[in-house]
Amino acid sequence: MEAQAVHVPDNEQYRELKRFIDASRGVPGPLIQVLHRAQKIFGYLPLEVQHFVARELDVPLAKVFGVVTFYNFFRLDPIGDHIVNMCLGTACHVKGASEIIKALEKELGVKVGGTTADRFYTLSTARCFGACGLAPVLMLDEEVHGRLNPQKAIQILREMKARAAEAAAAETKEEK
Amino acid sequence: MSVFRTHVLLPVDVGTAQAGVFEVKRRLEKELSVRQMLDEVKVLESGTVGIVGKGVILAVYPDRMYYFNVREADVPRIVDEHLLKGRVVAGLDHAAIAVSPSVPGPKVGLTRAQRRIVLDKAWTVDPENIDEIIAAGGYRGLERILREALPPEAVIEEIKKSGLRGRGGAGFPTGMKWEFTRKAAGGEKYIVCNADEGEPGTFKDRLILEGDPHRLIEAMAVAGYAIGAGRGFVYIRGEYRLSIDRLQKAIAQARQYGLLGNNILESGFSFELEIRKGAGAYVCGEETALIESLEGKRGNPRVKPPYPVTHGLWQKPTAVNNVETLANVPGIMANGADWFRRIGTDKCPGTKVFTVLGHVEYPGLVETDMGTPLREIIFGFGGGVKGGRKFKAALLGGAAGVFVPEKLLDVKMDFESLKENKAVLGSGAVLVMDETASVVEMLFSIAKFFAHESCGQCVPCRVGTRQILDIAWRIRQGHGRAGDAETMLQLAETMFKTSLCPLGQSLVMPVRSALENFAEEFALAAGQAGKA
Repeated sequence: MEAQAVHVPDNEQYRELKRFIDASRGVPGPLIQVLHRAQKIFGYLPLEVQHFVARELDVPLAKVFGVVTFYNFFRLDPIGDHIVNMCLGTACHVKGASEIIKALEKELGVKVGGTTADRFYTLSTARCFGACGLAPVLMLDEEVHGRLNPQKAIQILREMKARAAEAAAAETKEEK
Repeated sequence: MSVFRTHVLLPVDVGTAQAGVFEVKRRLEKELSVRQMLDEVKVLESGTVGIVGKGVILAVYPDRMYYFNVREADVPRIVDEHLLKGRVVAGLDHAAIAVSPSVPGPKVGLTRAQRRIVLDKAWTVDPENIDEIIAAGGYRGLERILREALPPEAVIEEIKKSGLRGRGGAGFPTGMKWEFTRKAAGGEKYIVCNADEGEPGTFKDRLILEGDPHRLIEAMAVAGYAIGAGRGFVYIRGEYRLSIDRLQKAIAQARQYGLLGNNILESGFSFELEIRKGAGAYVCGEETALIESLEGKRGNPRVKPPYPVTHGLWQKPTAVNNVETLANVPGIMANGADWFRRIGTDKCPGTKVFTVLGHVEYPGLVETDMGTPLREIIFGFGGGVKGGRKFKAALLGGAAGVFVPEKLLDVKMDFESLKENKAVLGSGAVLVMDETASVVEMLFSIAKFFAHESCGQCVPCRVGTRQILDIAWRIRQGHGRAGDAETMLQLAETMFKTSLCPLGQSLVMPVRSALENFAEEFALAAGQAGKA
């Protein structure tokens, strides 16, 4: 059977992904690296994107889905603007990480894995960032915050939210 | 080129970055500029010292003085007092840097003397500057091999003679692994570095990569030369952003200097190195799962044999080595096997990087001789149990590790001695628990971890981890039943005998050691159920 030309949805996100896929065609086994890039572009991996990757790389969709669901890093659902990743590794556990998770769930009103209604935060957990000396730690987006307790963790989230609100307010003012 | 009279080193790692090392650096440069001292004092970012929880650390050379918990506001004082007048700022938390066992230093804590091989440059050079690395002796091992045109077999012989064993946990002799790969049939071969450091409580590989990425590049090139591989892959945790960044930069620099790529040092030997990011799966630390993942698939472990040394990446002969293992190679090639053998124990020569964590005064990383007693690591380097509380247990080797009671504190930390005492070295993690910590709780946490990370491919592991988790949960909740401990142990032992890969095989270690050494605690937890 002749391979069908893959339709590229006409938007910059897909074009960027296509460029990356084209560049990695010579590399054997590029699927995981492609998915890394796709998630960076889209924020998560909706089924359409998986379809696109499958067709582009000429592998079954089932295989793409299998890989996406195997690794912790890949997400099937949209996420908030900021990701709160609480470490539940052994060292953090000993230092009371589960207390912090409980406090964060209460503060944000979502369970682990959930996204707040305003899509600002997604609460997630991870197994050890390798920053155990600072236990307990959480990663807020790309930044590690260590030596936490429930109050401190909540404070970090509130501060970030406040900063975002301020920035938004300043922007509307400027527009006016 | 200007000659600086003083160097100020600012170790950058996750901890110091959070504590504000970059603010301190900016302020330092500003204050030096104001005093027109920029051509006298050089400010450098270095890799980690391995001390955590001490805020921003600032080291002054050649005075060999550390300052801890440095705040931006302290900078003018350090400049005026120390850098200008050469007086130690007494009001700040400081300690003399111990350089070698022969120079007396502090008796406890992570600043006391450590013999460092894999981390010897990590804290004194700028990891992003290849010139500094080369000046400090980097790439000397590779250079020696290529200049003397040593046959690959001789390189393997040297590694075998050194007695280097895998630092990823299993302790397999590295030279033998290389020899098998070299002798395997087939033209195309690969060297793979396992930097998917996922064992809870372990971050030694991260600090090696952040502090001295060129060491790994050199080692991989040497390994490639020895086994006959023209290509190497570093499979690294996606979360290790700084490591990935620095390694990427280092690879580019090495290529520019002709230390990677075509015809290295005009020897005719060519070697390419690529980074592959992992996507978060503990099981990918197992070598065949890692290979599957490198091929872009789900990280399901393969059935062994055949082993990767004959059928590895894309079914080609492949040597998979841990970061710390490889990091030992340049030193051995530069200084010879005999030098290496003089360190550590007879059967486990060399050093080991430990991460000391949990309830200790000074959590962090320490590199010391193989065979150093556990007591020395916890009470010497770690400064003892935090707050003067009583020692209860240490979990050695991460989640796939062993609970060690007080009576084993004098065990020597090397593969053989630990094995004799039914313990393991594993990844080198030493998690200290004081009298307030609960082993029942810890075992529950470990069971949860394993149940979550089991890949589900083989039945014993998929079902066994879940069953053990249920029992551990029950005991923790105070609903333990008669015979629970025995059932849990039996399950774990069955998993040990029947699971496909080390993930399922290793849960027996924490389970057995917890039940054997802390039986009373489990009985008590179960007993409370009886009363309730």
